[in-house]
Amino acid sequence: MIMSSITNTSRRNFLKMSATISGGLFLGFNVSDADAAGLSILDPAEVLEGDIVFNSYLSITPDGIITISSPNPEVGQNIKTSFPMIVAEELDADWATVRIVQAPLDNKRFERQLTGGSGAIPHSWERLRKAGATARHLLVEAAAKRWGVPTSSLTTEKSKVFHKETGRSLTYAELATEASAIPVPAEVRLKDKSSFSLIGTAVRNIDNPDIISGKPIFGLDFYREGMLIAMIQRPVSFGMKIKSVDSAAAKAMPGIVDVVQFKNNVAVVGKSTWQVLKARKMVKIEYEPDGAIESSADHDRIFKELLDKGEATQRRKDGDVEAAFKNAARIVRSEYQCPFLPHNPMEPMNFFAHVRPDGVELVGPTQTPDLARNEAAKLLGISPEKITLNLTRLGGGFGRRLKADYVVEAVEVSNILKAPVKVIWTREDDMGGGSYRPAVRYRFEASLDAQGNLTGYRLRGVGINAGNCTREDNFPSGAVDNLLIESVEHKSPITIGPWRAPITNFLAFAEQSFLDEVAEAAKQDPVAFRLKLLDRAKTSPVGAIKYDIDRMKGVIKLAAEKSGWGTKKNLSQGFSVYFSHRSYVAQVAEVENRKGKPVIQKIHAAVDCGIVINKSGAEQQVRGGIVDGMGHAMFSNLTFKQGAAEQLNFNAYRLIRLKEVPEIDVHFVDNGIDPTGLGEPALPPTGAAIANAIYKATGKRLRNQPFVLQEELKGVKLGDRL
Amino acid sequence: METIKNSMPKYTLQVNGKPYEADVDADTPILWVLRDHLGLLGTKYGCGIGQCGACTIHLNGNALRSCNVPVSAVGAGKITTIEGLSANADHPVQAAWQEVDVPQCGYCQAGQIMTAAALLARNPKPTVAQIEDAMQPNLCRCGTYHRIREAVVLASNKMK
Repeated sequence: MIMSSITNTSRRNFLKMSATISGGLFLGFNVSDADAAGLSILDPAEVLEGDIVFNSYLSITPDGIITISSPNPEVGQNIKTSFPMIVAEELDADWATVRIVQAPLDNKRFERQLTGGSGAIPHSWERLRKAGATARHLLVEAAAKRWGVPTSSLTTEKSKVFHKETGRSLTYAELATEASAIPVPAEVRLKDKSSFSLIGTAVRNIDNPDIISGKPIFGLDFYREGMLIAMIQRPVSFGMKIKSVDSAAAKAMPGIVDVVQFKNNVAVVGKSTWQVLKARKMVKIEYEPDGAIESSADHDRIFKELLDKGEATQRRKDGDVEAAFKNAARIVRSEYQCPFLPHNPMEPMNFFAHVRPDGVELVGPTQTPDLARNEAAKLLGISPEKITLNLTRLGGGFGRRLKADYVVEAVEVSNILKAPVKVIWTREDDMGGGSYRPAVRYRFEASLDAQGNLTGYRLRGVGINAGNCTREDNFPSGAVDNLLIESVEHKSPITIGPWRAPITNFLAFAEQSFLDEVAEAAKQDPVAFRLKLLDRAKTSPVGAIKYDIDRMKGVIKLAAEKSGWGTKKNLSQGFSVYFSHRSYVAQVAEVENRKGKPVIQKIHAAVDCGIVINKSGAEQQVRGGIVDGMGHAMFSNLTFKQGAAEQLNFNAYRLIRLKEVPEIDVHFVDNGIDPTGLGEPALPPTGAAIANAIYKATGKRLRNQPFVLQEELKGVKLGDRL
Repeated sequence: METIKNSMPKYTLQVNGKPYEADVDADTPILWVLRDHLGLLGTKYGCGIGQCGACTIHLNGNALRSCNVPVSAVGAGKITTIEGLSANADHPVQAAWQEVDVPQCGYCQAGQIMTAAALLARNPKPTVAQIEDAMQPNLCRCGTYHRIREAVVLASNKMK
């Protein structure tokens, strides 16, 4: 095997993680108390008899079981497969026999046990490689010692060390005990990337067998003897608070243990889900105003006021935009708006909490276990060390489970009742419950000179609780001499949350649609127009440039090539490209004009996320992101009336379904660059690729989402494909 | 409290070829009987109004959204859940799901598999349009639809 020496850039972390090795055999390694207690249905990172711990990620038993721990929450991004693949690659482990476990929250073993921002892979890539490579190094050393041969004469494959000259081999299990007594090297050699044999292949989701046989692996499936079920009635309208509660009728219902009030919530606690659901309807709550009571119509009006008002927060300013517009040969101006969206993971919010005098046990689905534990500790006024947190598999997240509100609710109810409690949200609770992609409106203006060059670019974004709803350093910033980007925020009682690809999930649609409008005004091909701007950013950059121009050009060219851009006879193509969360994605949507009706036939995607770890997982992650971006751009809409969400379940709120999904082709750039994440980056460009294609096919420019509700598409049944 | 408990009707259900007893209110949806009372947790709650398909089971071989059908409506009907679809998770649909590597988060997949299995039981050689019609009630929030379609076709081929 070809090996390359690398400098240990995070030596301290590495040594810390390896510290347990010095003691030889397993020495009371930090495994959480919850593991020891045993969970009724979960199969978490239990300690195996005689387990030899090599580092935070890896242990081997003398009878041959190699266990790789995956620390980050598994939400469908396939991290529980891709993380261990990286360790196994450097270890040269036999993938078919490794045992993979979800690690509990453990700050001593792991950093950033978090699923969000598409950040896990870039954060852990080197750590995971070193974990595998270090263990491999020690196992090879142990074999060299036993046989009295130089390590350079040894090779590894499928969890074995080989001495080819003599035809001898030893399994990792046979060497584990000796290996664990060898000092950890200060520096470890990582594989040459060209010799990867597992990374880059298509590896199936390691939890498929549990999923397809219906094993209870999700948070909602967690049951514990004596556990109570709690459902919580929160204010239906944002901006209201509880005035009075009459819970007598609910308390008298069968199976109900108690009805308790905390903050603005009323929790109905009982023995079974259905009994709680029924009793909940019997609770009589009166509310009174506690802030602004807003409707979507108010937001439309507020957006217009904020777009026109004098002051805004300046996010980026290059050159003199006023002068550019004064001297313009032509000005293009457009506005784009999106509604609120709930996250709607298929598994509704839930969490198990058991607050005991001696400590707290938490079990469930969260994207951010550390935050959940800290917030629980804060509520109870105890040290976080008193709390254990075990992760179940997450039935989707999309950012919703980055908030710990539902975990804290479970802790609160368990604390009041002094009992083990699982809080369950209904779908209605979820959609009405206050974690949304914020509604935003953008105004874009572009000035062109007589030759069609983009001389000025102005963007103002206004959003509900959206903070900075722009991403001021995004393309085309850096390619335009005169540019002004600013944002205004409206503070509302309607609470928001990070929704997959926060801000860019809609901003990308607006930016990439507007660039198409500008290209048309400049009488240029949309792809050529973007490439020209990028060339300009390269040769005469304006201000800071925070994206890699060559990588962006790379995906643009790949998407154009794979889609046969500009060569299709009966199809209208729309283009879009976006850089977000460290990865680059370009897309071409193809729309057929069937008797005046646009039919979306295909989407081509070109992706640069550096090295692809799992071909199967990565391809599906891109497809899934595109389906998500497409579905929400076309169909999904959450509106408010008098502070209350008007769509509370799937009968009133439309999500994309199988029939509406076009063919999607995914192409990856093969460049050997260290990998970046894929949980989010495929989603942002999709809406604009589709809208740009629909424009080309029908002459109708879609500027607001969801598309199905727009005047431009009146009478068109979007989603018909076949 | 005791009198209320005693007044509850007792239901005997045929689930996955075995008899189960449940002491529940007549209006309790099958979904919650399976999950809360019989400990069969593979059938999922997603919406409670029969709109997402996560709770799909078979009643006498037909796909049924179990979240809004009361236990009292089952009678002597035979219920199959994901746990009972096959002895070793080797039903052609399950095998195809693994082969095509369909699941992402996996939460909706038991319902998807049950819907697909019911389709193939009554129509072993469906057209793509028939597959799409049958699978349309089942939401997948991760967007695994392409692979679902591919896996149903593969399962159909496996069934010969």
